[in-house]
Amino acid sequence: MALSFQMDLISPADDVWSVTRLTTVVKRLVEGELPALWVRGEVTGCKTYPSGHCYFTLRDSMSQVRCCLWRRDMPRAGKPPADGTEVYLLVRPGVYEAKGEFQLNVLRILPTAAVGAGQRELERVKAVLHQDGLLDPGRKRALPSLAGTVAVVTSTAGAALHDIITVAHRRWPAARVLVVDARVQGEGAVEALARALGIVNRLDGVDVCIVGRGGGAREDLSAFNTEPVCRALAAVRVPTISAVGHETDISLTDLVADVRAPTPSAAAELAFPDHRDVRRALDDLGARLAGGLGSRARLGLERVDRAGDRITAAMATVLERHHHRVGRLGAQLDALSPLRVLERGYALPTAPDGRVLKRRADFQPGAAFTLRVADGQVPARAEPR
Amino acid sequence: MSTIAEDLARLEEIVRRLEADDVELDAALALFEEGVARLRAARERLAAADLKVQTVLEGADGELRTRDLDR
Repeated sequence: MALSFQMDLISPADDVWSVTRLTTVVKRLVEGELPALWVRGEVTGCKTYPSGHCYFTLRDSMSQVRCCLWRRDMPRAGKPPADGTEVYLLVRPGVYEAKGEFQLNVLRILPTAAVGAGQRELERVKAVLHQDGLLDPGRKRALPSLAGTVAVVTSTAGAALHDIITVAHRRWPAARVLVVDARVQGEGAVEALARALGIVNRLDGVDVCIVGRGGGAREDLSAFNTEPVCRALAAVRVPTISAVGHETDISLTDLVADVRAPTPSAAAELAFPDHRDVRRALDDLGARLAGGLGSRARLGLERVDRAGDRITAAMATVLERHHHRVGRLGAQLDALSPLRVLERGYALPTAPDGRVLKRRADFQPGAAFTLRVADGQVPARAEPR
Repeated sequence: MSTIAEDLARLEEIVRRLEADDVELDAALALFEEGVARLRAARERLAAADLKVQTVLEGADGELRTRDLDR
């Protein structure tokens, strides 16, 4: 009995909490510990007040909780639900101190029926695309190694376009980007995207087509899961890249496109060649061009073995001297030109029909031929043997 | 006007033919000259390149037009 005796007494030394202090601490605990979260339940007693705020109760078989949909959140959250509707709510739990009430501040409302229907539609579209072979791996085309013109189907108002242009600018300034504007979310987005993809097929010289948009809420990406958009994408005549939302978002266009990119920037990295690679390829071709002609010249001219050695040596010297790439290549080409070989006193005998006379047997005794020397041609005749 | 891609493709073909041993010297000379011209053209195009961004608009007549996009 000692315990109840003690509990019945309050000594002036005891710490007595005020209601306000208590509710303040509870509020801090609730709002500090609980993040924004999704909750599922049935709506009852939904009422919108003249202030524009909407209040209702969310319940399941055991419990219920008060919910507030503030007027300022309404445009993003969606319409206040009718009584009896089963919904998913994205909420931030809170405590209304003036009444000591635990309540949920509503940020998003999704009727569960709509979510279920959305999922069913997604499965249906995927099934028909699969049936028509549009998801076959064998259908995938390779991207061109050197795209000059890239069509981009997206919203000109979106962040995706900016990201793509930024990457294009850095990687491949020789590119041409053709933007076909389309709404990517909301009413009319499906038709706009399908139409824009159709326009890509009417543009000349397009090498690759990127379709996509930046990140957004899941339902904002829904146009990219629709059958008309997927079919229009499959009908694009050039290789396609789908880049919808963030890394973790996968849409049906990702499955239909030849290549999926995690983001619009990544799509641009795939579409546009790097100018440094192209410059390297040109350097390599220039060197092989010079080397290729050098070997032809050897076959056509006498004693070119030694000349070739000298050319190689000269080239090495030139290479050392010229660090500048273009200057270096020019020097190589010049050194290897057969005209330059003629400069050193070699002559090229040709028959009247232009054929190069390479062998002893090519010279008929008494036959006329032409000697090509550095500054022109000299008529000549083979002496009888 | 050829594109850089076309120049590169043609250059690769020219080099392949020069590296094969069945080309007459005259033909080799002609290929070489074309190769040098292509190489120079591609380099100049690359140096002068300026990214072109255009929007495609469909007119009421159904014709497609392009317009430079401000960046």
